[in-house]
Amino acid sequence: MKFERYGIGIAKGLMVTLKNFLRPPVTLQYPEEKLITSRRIRGNELVWWVGKCTGCATCAKSCPQGNIEIVTHAGPENNYIVDKFEVDTGRCMFCGLCVESCPYDALFMGRGYERATYRRRELVLSKEDLGLSQLRQPSGYFRPKVEALLPKQTLLLYWDREDGQKLRWLPFRKRSKN
Amino acid sequence: MTVLEQFRNWLAGVMPEWAAYILAFIVSAVAIIIFVLVMILVFIYLERRLVGRFQVRLGPNRCGPEGIFQVIADAIKVLSKEDVVPAKGDFWVHFLAPIVTFVPALMVFAVVPFHKGTVLTNLDVGILYVVAISSISVIGIFMAGWGSNNKYSLIAALRAVAQAVSYELPVVMSVVGIILVTGSLSLSKIVEAQTIPFFLLQPLGFLIFLLGTMAEINRSPFDLLEAESEIVAGYHTEYSGMKFILFYMGEYGHALAASSIITTLFLSGWKGPLLPPFLWFLIKVLIVFFIFLWVRSTVPRLRVDQLTAFAWKCLLPMALINLFLIAAEVIWFPATLPWGMVVLNFAIAGVLILLWSRLFALGGGRVEV
Repeated sequence: MKFERYGIGIAKGLMVTLKNFLRPPVTLQYPEEKLITSRRIRGNELVWWVGKCTGCATCAKSCPQGNIEIVTHAGPENNYIVDKFEVDTGRCMFCGLCVESCPYDALFMGRGYERATYRRRELVLSKEDLGLSQLRQPSGYFRPKVEALLPKQTLLLYWDREDGQKLRWLPFRKRSKN
Repeated sequence: MTVLEQFRNWLAGVMPEWAAYILAFIVSAVAIIIFVLVMILVFIYLERRLVGRFQVRLGPNRCGPEGIFQVIADAIKVLSKEDVVPAKGDFWVHFLAPIVTFVPALMVFAVVPFHKGTVLTNLDVGILYVVAISSISVIGIFMAGWGSNNKYSLIAALRAVAQAVSYELPVVMSVVGIILVTGSLSLSKIVEAQTIPFFLLQPLGFLIFLLGTMAEINRSPFDLLEAESEIVAGYHTEYSGMKFILFYMGEYGHALAASSIITTLFLSGWKGPLLPPFLWFLIKVLIVFFIFLWVRSTVPRLRVDQLTAFAWKCLLPMALINLFLIAAEVIWFPATLPWGMVVLNFAIAGVLILLWSRLFALGGGRVEV
């Protein structure tokens, strides 16, 4: 005898929604609260390390779009000195091939993702824009050493994984710490 | 002596009697209108917040503390919109429809007792008046559907009429059960007669009345006439601006009226221990509205044939049986043993619901209705 036929199904459904009603909401209030992104995120920007770059232009050659423009001249010790290093991130598809191809680990994917601008010209990043800074952090994409230093990704901000499997709801005042 | 009469007598000391008579009515009517409008705002806010919580999200929480000004912001936005009238529509019918829909929701509150003696008119045929008034709004919806000259609106209007005709009957039948027990049509007397709340004494009647009113005020799962997945926005497809807001307020006004009537008839109205009576009334109204929301966020919308089948094959016969049962109990077992009656009625309600769900279990376990 199936009791679903006798209106029990509706009662069960009502209990399901009531259970959801008593659950805390999982909403993330974006500008105030942000999730920690994946450690290997290919964010919307590149980070360039001047000291490591030899100006070999492997990145420019590997770029399928030809977005990277690099101009060098010969230095005193028969090395390249980079005059111009410009990336048009407006046309970039963030495939990460430039980062993978760099023989000296001088180029990193960035972690940022809030890169809306008013003009397309602002998306073309020059040598000065591409440097490492407080806002411009390298991601762990293809760079395991960087990845090891980064915090782990959070999927639900308010839920704190205390002991392996059990999820704990964080009260409002504790949320900012996470 | 009601509060209104006391107020009138006090006014008569300061001014001529005819002026006191008119002024007292105007003041109390305005007070009730303000109560209804504020409660409509509260209901809209609660609906958005609580349905949000049912869906494990927050709901509007940006405008003011906990988002309480969101409703006002929405109202200002809708009011500032252009008032569009369809070129080939019937202007006057289109113009009057929102008013005809909204005003009955206000008029119901003329007979709802908020406290002992706090009632606008202590009508002796109160519940009859409520049943008559609350079915007027269907005419408004039909006018909207007809005047818009739009196929979706017309389909919605026809659905509304079918729904109202179907569900009016079981609702009235379940009300008759209460009238049999109390022996009065006046809502004040019905409240005073409830030593045990009637939802305990007549559980089946309560269920039928709850489902029937949910269908009559077009709340989900019976919201066929504004089914956005089928017929754009139903009867208010062609409405915008002030007229749309009247429809919107009418929807929640009817929800408020239905909750108040259910509270008065089945949940013993303003009666309750400790807290002041008006607060008890509000709490019960909000509980009934919460049940509406709960069902809304659980049950999917019915099909048209399921809707009418549910009314005619399920609710109406059950309401008739309930009516005969209550009549038999009133005649043969006068209210000497109320709690025994409660147990008996709950048992009968359970058996009847089981039997009737058996009827709807068609097609090898496929659940119809």
